[in-house]
Amino acid sequence: MDIALIIESIQTLLGGVVLTLELTILSLLIGFVLSVPLAFMRASRSPWLSWPVLAYTYVFRGTPLLVQLFLIYYGLGQLAFVRESFLWLLFRDPFYCALLAFSLNSAAYTIEVFRGGIQSVPPGLVEAAQAIGLSPTKISLRIVFPLAFRTVLPSYANEVVGMIKASSLASTVTLLEITGLARKLVSETFAPYEVFIAAGAIYLGLTFLASRLFNLIELHLSGAPPDKARRPWLLKLRQAL
Amino acid sequence: MQTAIDIHSEDGRHGRGAATASLRAENVHKTLGTHPVLRGVSLAAYPHEVISVLGASGSGKSTLLRCLNLLEVPDSGEIWFRDEKLDIRPPIGQNGARIGDARQARRVRASLGMVFQSFNLWPHKTALENVTEGPVHVRGLTRRAATERAENYLRKVGLIERRDHYPRHLSGGQQQRVAIARALAMEPEVLLFDEPTSSLDPELTGEVLRTIRALAEEGRTMILVTHELSFAREVSSRVAFMQGGRIEEEGPPDEVLSRPASAGLRRFLDPAC
Repeated sequence: MDIALIIESIQTLLGGVVLTLELTILSLLIGFVLSVPLAFMRASRSPWLSWPVLAYTYVFRGTPLLVQLFLIYYGLGQLAFVRESFLWLLFRDPFYCALLAFSLNSAAYTIEVFRGGIQSVPPGLVEAAQAIGLSPTKISLRIVFPLAFRTVLPSYANEVVGMIKASSLASTVTLLEITGLARKLVSETFAPYEVFIAAGAIYLGLTFLASRLFNLIELHLSGAPPDKARRPWLLKLRQAL
Repeated sequence: MQTAIDIHSEDGRHGRGAATASLRAENVHKTLGTHPVLRGVSLAAYPHEVISVLGASGSGKSTLLRCLNLLEVPDSGEIWFRDEKLDIRPPIGQNGARIGDARQARRVRASLGMVFQSFNLWPHKTALENVTEGPVHVRGLTRRAATERAENYLRKVGLIERRDHYPRHLSGGQQQRVAIARALAMEPEVLLFDEPTSSLDPELTGEVLRTIRALAEEGRTMILVTHELSFAREVSSRVAFMQGGRIEEEGPPDEVLSRPASAGLRRFLDPAC
């Protein structure tokens, strides 16, 4: 094993970190935004709201992300209405194909994570909100979701870490993020061992940072002693929200 | 302001003179599952009245209180808030009774302060944030005005120095007093208490009862579901004794509790006999 080559590879592969992070963070953001309303629908007692969402999460959690990515990357171009509309401007670019696949997939997992949290909120806390006349939307966004999010934070952190790793699939549709660069580098150096050790090390670093971040958020949300230990800017941010 | 003499007397069924009840239930029925919990209950709270609802567990008193602010929707009967009848849709087939006019229900609920047996403070908000939530997000006050109002009510329940504490850092009695401040901050017409001391250790009930007594002495209109007999006798202008989903006896506390007419109330007051 050539340590110097590993270090050299890491330097090259760091060039892919931005794209990896772009894909991961954007997918997680889109997935998050989609999943909040859909999780409430999924948790609803009305079958008209809950079943379509269940069908969606069932399909996207029940098939491999790689298959979903290929269907979008190779499949969307086959559809005339995609090719002939503005959508083609987006989806002829592999970046947006990967982003779409990752976002839909991440949303599906996140919906189920949030649904569990929503259903675990004690009914009495919702009744207390109803009793002061709070509107259903405000009850969902100000009482139920913040409590649900706290409960499922560890599971959501798993989803984030999973998304960082899953973003490596983008390399299969020509994107040169960390893994894409690694494959390119392997074809140039014929040293897969060193190159993929380097790639793995970078992912490990990223997932480590992500789980640290979630540990801090968790600590802040659950263990904060009254007032003093809270950072003033976080307090301001919270009050602004 | 709160005498509210009713000149219109829109339905002619008022129990006492011309005054409009602040809150009134008329012949309310409610079945939960297959169990008929309320079987025709009528109760009216007039301005400045303190009504205590007594009764054994399962007599329907909590359900009655929850029907008054539509946390449970009556299957039949009427709920009146002042001179406004609440829009209730009766059950159809498999579907239970439901609220007809959600906007009206929210507006009326905002005027009916509810204090729960299990406090139900929002654990992710500080004491102050629990109290400002309604003023800001229901009443539309500015944060500054809401904070000022919340601090007043927290001072009133003796917890101003705990304003930035989260519920889990407060004792049960303190949590319930914050919950009372939360209800008061809506400046409600009527306060509803659902067994407010039943989940408290005996040494903590005193501080909550003192707070409630102070509110009664201010002349607030209150309906109080409670097991605290001597407290009910002290603070109430009227007591109602419930049994089997009906109000069995109702009247001034000294009369009803000293000379119970029904066998049910006699047994309730003195289980030994």
